[in-house]
Amino acid sequence: MGLNAAPTAGGEGFLTTTVNSVANWGRKNSLWPMPFGTACCAIEMMGAMMSRFDLSRFGAEVARFSPRQADLMIVSGTITYKMASVCRNIYDQMPEPKWVIAMGSCTCGGGPFDSYAVVQGIDEFLPVDVYIGGCPPRPEALIDAVMKIQKKIDIEGAPIV
Amino acid sequence: MERVEFIEEKSSDSNLRKESMILNMGPQHPSTHGVLRVVLYLDGEVVQEAVPYVGYLHRGIEKLCEDITYQQCLPYTDRMDYIASICNNIGFILSVEKLLGIEDEIPERAKVTEVILSELGRIESHLVGIGTNAMDLGAMSAFLFCFKERERVYDILEIVCGARLTTSYPRVGGLPAELPDNFEEAIRNFLKIFPKTLNEVDKLLTRNKIFIERTRGVATISAEEAINFGLTGPSLRGSGVPFDLRKSNPYLDYDQYDFEVPVATDGDAYSRFLCRFEEMRQSLKIIEQAIDRLPDGPFIADLPDIVLPEKQKVYTQMESLIRHFVIVYNGFNTPPGEIYHGVENPKGELGYYIVSDGTGKPYRIHVRGPSFVNMQALPLMAKGRLVADVIAAIGSIDIVLGEIDR
Repeated sequence: MGLNAAPTAGGEGFLTTTVNSVANWGRKNSLWPMPFGTACCAIEMMGAMMSRFDLSRFGAEVARFSPRQADLMIVSGTITYKMASVCRNIYDQMPEPKWVIAMGSCTCGGGPFDSYAVVQGIDEFLPVDVYIGGCPPRPEALIDAVMKIQKKIDIEGAPIV
Repeated sequence: MERVEFIEEKSSDSNLRKESMILNMGPQHPSTHGVLRVVLYLDGEVVQEAVPYVGYLHRGIEKLCEDITYQQCLPYTDRMDYIASICNNIGFILSVEKLLGIEDEIPERAKVTEVILSELGRIESHLVGIGTNAMDLGAMSAFLFCFKERERVYDILEIVCGARLTTSYPRVGGLPAELPDNFEEAIRNFLKIFPKTLNEVDKLLTRNKIFIERTRGVATISAEEAINFGLTGPSLRGSGVPFDLRKSNPYLDYDQYDFEVPVATDGDAYSRFLCRFEEMRQSLKIIEQAIDRLPDGPFIADLPDIVLPEKQKVYTQMESLIRHFVIVYNGFNTPPGEIYHGVENPKGELGYYIVSDGTGKPYRIHVRGPSFVNMQALPLMAKGRLVADVIAAIGSIDIVLGEIDR
């Protein structure tokens, strides 16, 4: 975006930009998360959205439990084989463009549950943009991940489908 | 994700077509408190039958525990009832201490601290229980108030053990380290601030007409049915049965504290809410008594076979280094046998059934999770009610799926 003339008091002057950069600017500042919370990390995700940490400062507080209205999927908590198909189904239902945060050790790589029932990392069936380690990660870490997504949108724009 | 299916039935006595609908609620649904799936058979808006399906969060915790030492099992207990991790930890530690037969050797300082922390755990669990129940019924602001206070509990847990949510705190034999210097100050500060928020939430909900209309007379269960289903915790006490393990089967010297067991009589969602609310006040009372009597002295029992030696000694003394290695590597040997120990968790009776074959690793650990048992009453509570009442029912029995599926 570039400002081509100094704005005067009367509100004159104009901006030149591209459609993409305006769209991305809008996208990154109004992420609508779809909180796919299954276990312990979901409590910390709730903590990040509540009064003390307040994710809405980063424009990402409008939690939508319907995938049709969301563009950021926060997978927080253990994903078992029984749950994996549901998780993928929800991801497929989200409209493009969409991003995924893998919150917590379980979603990154199975975490402490190296057992017959647990998927060892959601990247086995989902494209993940940002991984957050920790069991569970602190709310600050989730905020950091949202900021990383914002930076990614700023640099790369929406993925081409 | 909700999918609707129609089943066509020909009614026998007339040619009219009768349609019954199956509504699939969950496993991804904001008000099932995790990944519970409930299949509702509906006649119009009325629930004919509600069938809960579990297992979407089955992580094999009990199986994983069979291959690790008792001390390594502790972090897995955090992740069952993750809303009140510290209560699970303390329950497990007490069970192992009972198995080892060392209950009498635990120092007083450790016991009193465990009482304080498990009551804090009760408060944090009830805050989420009440908050989410209210949020599901449309009262968002109560949840914000509750969570604000929950953060204060997190702060205390953080200065004690370094973690906010998954505490893994006490050790077999006592506490892992001396309490921080500002522990007492933090507790007293909490005791001062918390009643104010409690009163605020009280004003928001207890006499709120919408909340009462949504919860009173909804999801009713009688005392007899509650006992038959094996309900425990506020779900049982809401039906008028004054059963509390802290009174009936005292552990951690709970019989020396002065507190009441709140009981409500109606057995509906509102009664259970009232019970939880009053329990928080009683927990405050217990914490106040406990912090007054918190004695000085050792924080861990002097049991060289079970308790790890001091870190400084590990660095300087050969014998301590060997002891440290053996306890970490093999665990401590337990007498062969089996044991059941139940503690009063925020959601009900949490029991650990441990079978030991005499080695450092448990042969089998079975967990009696209160959420799992309490959830069995859901079909009864939902039958014949409206769909919206199912939400109130799930919220009022306050389940957590980590504990149901384990």
